[in-house]
Amino acid sequence: MSYNQQCTAEYASRNNLPEFEGVFAKSPQLASPSTKRHRKLFPSLEEAIRTSGLRDGSTVSFHHAFREGDKVLMHVIKTLSDLGFKNLTIAPSSLLNCHDGLVEYIRSGVIAKIFTSGLRGELGEAVSKGLMDVPVQVHSHGGRVHLIQTGEISIDVAFLGVASSDEFGNANGSHGELSCGSLGYAKVDAAHARYVIAMAQELVDFPNYPASLSQDQVDAVVTVDEVGDPSLISVGAARLTKNPRDLLLARIAASVIEHSGSFKTGFSMQTGSGGAATATTIFLGEKMVEKNIKASFALGGVTGPIVDLLNKGMIGAIADVQSFDVTAAQSLRENAAHCEISANEYANSSSKGAYVDRVDVVLLSALEVDIDFNVNVLTGSDGVLRGASGGHCDVAAAANLTVIVTPLLRSRMPCVVEHVNTVVTPGSTVDVVVTDHGIAVNPNNQALEKRLRDAKLPVLSIEELKDLAISRAGKPEPIAYTDKIVAVVRYRDGSVMDVVRQVAR
Amino acid sequence: MKIKQRGIAGTLESSDILVVVSPDDGNEVQLMLQSKVEKQYGAAIRQLVTETLEKLGVTGVAVDVKDQGALDCVIRARVQAAVFRAAGENKVNFEVVS
Repeated sequence: MSYNQQCTAEYASRNNLPEFEGVFAKSPQLASPSTKRHRKLFPSLEEAIRTSGLRDGSTVSFHHAFREGDKVLMHVIKTLSDLGFKNLTIAPSSLLNCHDGLVEYIRSGVIAKIFTSGLRGELGEAVSKGLMDVPVQVHSHGGRVHLIQTGEISIDVAFLGVASSDEFGNANGSHGELSCGSLGYAKVDAAHARYVIAMAQELVDFPNYPASLSQDQVDAVVTVDEVGDPSLISVGAARLTKNPRDLLLARIAASVIEHSGSFKTGFSMQTGSGGAATATTIFLGEKMVEKNIKASFALGGVTGPIVDLLNKGMIGAIADVQSFDVTAAQSLRENAAHCEISANEYANSSSKGAYVDRVDVVLLSALEVDIDFNVNVLTGSDGVLRGASGGHCDVAAAANLTVIVTPLLRSRMPCVVEHVNTVVTPGSTVDVVVTDHGIAVNPNNQALEKRLRDAKLPVLSIEELKDLAISRAGKPEPIAYTDKIVAVVRYRDGSVMDVVRQVAR
Repeated sequence: MKIKQRGIAGTLESSDILVVVSPDDGNEVQLMLQSKVEKQYGAAIRQLVTETLEKLGVTGVAVDVKDQGALDCVIRARVQAAVFRAAGENKVNFEVVS
């Protein structure tokens, strides 16, 4: 050993630094020229799971960009069950009716804990009846990122369905036969999970651009028969309505926005999912064209009508965390002004800057609103879990004008009530409630109430709306609950907003 | 009013109610109710159906009700129409029925 080599060894040892042991000592993946480029490609999901180091009690995550068409989550859970895993925590960005099959895996002990934005259908019903020992943690889309970044959700393995990927893990949701559009939620999982598996129907040549999930985040690439059915993305919550009452609500809501004082060139907007919200976009768009009022950007939850406004030059740009239909997914692929954003950029209150912070007008649906303007988007009037927190409380908190649309009655059930069953969005962040029987403005926004009255819109007090609902429908018997907590509503900052209790039989 | 045959009124659409009235032995009213708002309004619906039948002087009848969250005015109208059909009354002036 030369003197210099001796000095090198001594220095390393004294400073507790590793000594050079060869080019491939710490990067064995490069040792074999024949495998180094294909090393992430696994012949089966099972192989990738074995390599991931997943154990009993680990946390696995998913995204819900395919909404009702998702085929990844149930496939993975079945595989994990077949491999004998138990006691897992699942952290999908949300759960839909297509995930009803989870009930079986909760009963069999494969799944012990759930973090999600929402749950519905048979799963929601079963959880409401006390299926789980540990309460489901319900977060908002922004709140999920917060919980991931603070470590409460600590993702061991993320299973992320994508429309296309190359063998190195550059993947997106917009380019491919089975396109879901934006991978806004998945981007967060890819950035934070210890092990990331990209699941694609199609492998494409390297490099696959745009790389919504990038090669430096993805550990494994697996091909599967189907990641999802894009035709089912717009089923359910994100549908476009023909219901005349929803259309009426949408017309009133568009008028409210028009006269709110926020409707001027350069304004920014978000319209959530739900029949009336989607239709409002169309009617508001007509007013924008008519008065030549252009929006700076639209945020969301993007639907066809928003894309239409972009194409007409009425919106400057679209920031897209989730594409709600095929039109939106296609536009994300083709239009340079239509950009994919992560859920962290979208709505996380602890990020350095969320798009919701810059929204002027947001229009959101509700299952129930109460006389304090609190909004429930999670539990039905029978107290059963059948909805999702979504970005509701995130954007309501940040936007300048928050408009809630709801029919006064759904069949016989009053939707404007004394106290909502479950508070998801606090009333202090809501400005106005639009129903098919009148509009109520939050007393903390007197200027808005005056504007709407001046515009001859049918303004009532929220108590009047509540009383009107009861005069039509009669007073419902209160729901009987047990003391068991089945779900916990976490506000966007991680705090506990409310609990959902088990429905008594 | 005498129930002679089966009478049906209403639909299974949301916010409507399907009422089927059939002759039944005895002087009782046999009421079968299925409602999607059973928990919140079951008692109120039973009471309204029973009251409406009483006002029409109907006994000895089986009433099968499938409610999709109908308001009281709808329930009353559907029960009345089903009873009139079951009684073979085809000259009812609905404008004065209450």
